[in-house]
Amino acid sequence: MAPALQGLLTIVIGISVCIGYFLGSNLLLDTLFPPRGPRAGRNINIANMVRPWLFLFPAMFALGLYLAYPVVETLRLSLTERVPGGGYVWAGFDNYIQMANEPKFWEAIINNMLWLLVVPGLATVFGLLAAQLTDRIKWGNIAKSIIFMPMAISFVGASVIWKLVYDARPAGQEQIGILNAIVVALGGQPETWLTIPFWNNFFLMAVLVWIQTGFAMVILSAALRGIPEETIEAAIVDGANPMQIFFKIKVPQIKGTIMVVWTTITIIVLKIFDIVFAMTNGQWGTQVLANYMYAKLFVARDWGVGSASAIVIMVLVLPILVWNVRNARKEMN
Amino acid sequence: MKNIAGQKPALLWATHLAVAFMVILWIIPTFGLLVSSFRTGDQISTSGWWKSLFATEQVEGFRTASPEDQVQEGDLYVIEGNVFTDGGAEANTLSAWGTSSRDVSAYAPGDVAELRDGGTITIAENGDYRLENSEPFEGSRGERVFGTVSEPPTFTLENYDRVLFSGSSTDGMQKAFLNTMTVTIPATVIPILIAAFAAYALAWMDFPGRALLIAGVVALLVVPLQLALIPLLKLHLNIGIGKGYMGVWLAHTGFGLPMAVYLLRNYIAGLPRDIIENARVDGATEFQIFTRIILPLSFPALASFAIFQFLWTWNDLLVAKVFLIDASGQTTVMTNQIVELMGTRGGDWEILATAAFVSISVPLLVFFFMQKYLVRGLLAGSVK
Repeated sequence: MAPALQGLLTIVIGISVCIGYFLGSNLLLDTLFPPRGPRAGRNINIANMVRPWLFLFPAMFALGLYLAYPVVETLRLSLTERVPGGGYVWAGFDNYIQMANEPKFWEAIINNMLWLLVVPGLATVFGLLAAQLTDRIKWGNIAKSIIFMPMAISFVGASVIWKLVYDARPAGQEQIGILNAIVVALGGQPETWLTIPFWNNFFLMAVLVWIQTGFAMVILSAALRGIPEETIEAAIVDGANPMQIFFKIKVPQIKGTIMVVWTTITIIVLKIFDIVFAMTNGQWGTQVLANYMYAKLFVARDWGVGSASAIVIMVLVLPILVWNVRNARKEMN
Repeated sequence: MKNIAGQKPALLWATHLAVAFMVILWIIPTFGLLVSSFRTGDQISTSGWWKSLFATEQVEGFRTASPEDQVQEGDLYVIEGNVFTDGGAEANTLSAWGTSSRDVSAYAPGDVAELRDGGTITIAENGDYRLENSEPFEGSRGERVFGTVSEPPTFTLENYDRVLFSGSSTDGMQKAFLNTMTVTIPATVIPILIAAFAAYALAWMDFPGRALLIAGVVALLVVPLQLALIPLLKLHLNIGIGKGYMGVWLAHTGFGLPMAVYLLRNYIAGLPRDIIENARVDGATEFQIFTRIILPLSFPALASFAIFQFLWTWNDLLVAKVFLIDASGQTTVMTNQIVELMGTRGGDWEILATAAFVSISVPLLVFFFMQKYLVRGLLAGSVK
């Protein structure tokens, strides 16, 4: 069967099963505990207790199986080792020790830290700047659309786009990458940007900053608009200049949103894979954790060490996870 | 608020300039790729894409027709022709010309120059030339002339033809395009219904452990999907799904659910309490409330999530690589094919640029037509 047809069939079957499940289970509940007759009160209570779980079950099952269980399983895998012939043996921290002895792992950790320092900060600052500036001009919405547009572009597409920007030809030939063309026009020498040790990381980061600035801008722009006008009017009356208004009145009031943007981009950075995979595949000192993990899992086929590095990513995400959960609970109460 | 900047024109100008600068910086990389996708491989590798937007000028040498072609007009012997006809570039124009390689731009178009062997020559802007002499031209070869030629920008649709319609398996994207669609649509539709029911329960039904479940969803929102790769691949292989569409649909559904539940719960919890309680008083069952009231009212949130999930699954590389693409390569998706093109044929910019643009174009269309829902979803979906 053609995959497209199979897809269509899956949609139909999937939706029918969903509707059938919700409809059927609700009907069953109402038949077993009819809300009428001599025990109507008791039945209604029982049905009300059961019904939420009928509604929740499919989602909770999928979430449990596809996200919660893998966390535990990956932890287990990271502490075991495959033995030839099948099966696993307990390996304690062997995988972690082996990983810690690999220079590539430390390169990935250091690079990831660099990414964490640079990308969320820069994207947030640019986003805040764009939000503040575009709100004041007539064609601001068009400008916003353009800055926001890279959000729709895949990391792979963005990698191709930026690879053309960074393209390098030997000195003397005509440059086709715009960055080198500018450098040469200013009297410099063309560089192969993606192979310069250490600095090439920043050229990869630029791609993610380019993508994420739009996200930061959209969220922060909404936050800026939500600031009560009185606070700004009061500042103007008191003779504050625009800089003071921005930094002393507006920014403090949207601090919470800035943190949200920053943490969201931080999570994306921790998981960053496609850009590095497509542009350098971790060569020339650009390895990052997610790509290291991918190489371990699917190229070296070392599931123990691969899982261990996945756990490292999880541990790095954990503080943000806790912070998010606490915030969400605070908001609900 | 708006008039703060308005009071100082200089500041307003600075704002305009800063935004313009930023917009240009943000659009140029994409624009460069777009322009490149309409150029031939030769053009891309010999000049920067920005040059293709303007006419290019270069000095070329030509030779006029040989004396054999001369005709007699009254007293004059004449040779006529066009310097560009050999190359077939009729749109070219000549801005200056000369008869000696030492001074290639001695004459303007229309000027008349003396030839060394006697006679005169004139060349017009469109390349038409006319040699005149009162005596017959001699020799076997035509006269050598030089011209400063400006070529207008030329673009081609050939790359798109090759990428979209040619049968070749390395260049052609049509299969990958279909595969991407096949992955994306079920993976977008299926989670919505499941998530909507759960979101309603979490928003409007009372049961013990509700707060804990919501916290759990928020926690799962940030769990890196990297952790799920090996355990789930093992699971899929064990239960017989293996690598294939079913696996990738299930995986995308699972990974998309936290966002879906969270986004929809926030929206549904914000619906007016009166509507739901009135319906309950009137004797509607929870199921009726959900299908008749909640679902229609939540359309904006459903649309927001659908757009997110669509963009995310369309643009995904990792999940497809792990759960879908097997050794046969029959089920490759566009992102994967582009990465392979980058690796094996890094120099073929025309194919790479076009393939990338084909893959980008669908999300961009969705983006421009449904930006409103996307923004709304972003605002609702970020943990506050």
